[in-house]
Amino acid sequence: MSTALAPGFDEELWAAVGDPSRRRVLDALLTRGTATPTALADDLPLTRQAVTKHLAVLDRAGLVTARRHGREVRFAVQPARLDEATRALTDAARAWDRRLLAIKRIAEELAASEAGRAED
Amino acid sequence: MEPAVSTPDQIARDILIDAPVDVVWRVVTEPEHIARWFSDTAEIDLRPGGDGVLTFRQNGGHVAPLVVDTVRPPTTFAFRWSAPEGETAHEGNSTLVTFSLAPEGDGATRLSVVESGIAALPGGDERHRAFFDDHSQGWGTIVPRLGEYAPTAAGALR
Repeated sequence: MSTALAPGFDEELWAAVGDPSRRRVLDALLTRGTATPTALADDLPLTRQAVTKHLAVLDRAGLVTARRHGREVRFAVQPARLDEATRALTDAARAWDRRLLAIKRIAEELAASEAGRAED
Repeated sequence: MEPAVSTPDQIARDILIDAPVDVVWRVVTEPEHIARWFSDTAEIDLRPGGDGVLTFRQNGGHVAPLVVDTVRPPTTFAFRWSAPEGETAHEGNSTLVTFSLAPEGDGATRLSVVESGIAALPGGDERHRAFFDDHSQGWGTIVPRLGEYAPTAAGALR
């Protein structure tokens, strides 16, 4: 769903990467390539249950995929979706840069015209 | 004042403007100016808790309601927006946009904007968590990593 924040802004994606613990799970998974929740819990100061919960949110946001190997479930990062998250962050920052530049232009014009009137 | 940094939890940008603080304050807060730098039309009740409406014509047009959070002329103006449709913006369902103005040098102003609360938008399952609790560990890791990773990801897709 898109919001006012930026066109095409994806709340689920942002909520997924917005949580610091979840970013660490994502980071650990990037380092390992593919991993089970147990392996990730070994890398992080989180329980396996907590890791599993974070992975479920990341999965819903499309940032990771799960694949069953026998009795294990292995997770991997979805590169295209991660790319989208990066782009969303850059786009939202760029939108504020555009607005700040417009404020600067308007304020400087206004200051110059008021200074001009003061001299008359 | 510590400069704010951008993370997936918040966007922080700033700019130096060659105009006095009171002029910048008017541009940031007055509807006639807001309708030039932000939206296509703007209405705003400039007091804490006051309502505002921005309309945008681009992308088929949309209406963005907002709620004023802080009004401290001429240094701080903050509002909440991006709440789900039909809901009033409050902490936990919206983002907070804070403008800070500080005089700098001879008649210039440093204007900074921070949009925070992104992690608490609906969809987050841990709204109770303070956004920046964990920032010493969580911040700065994924942003460089995402940047480093993205070109690889893009390359892999080609």
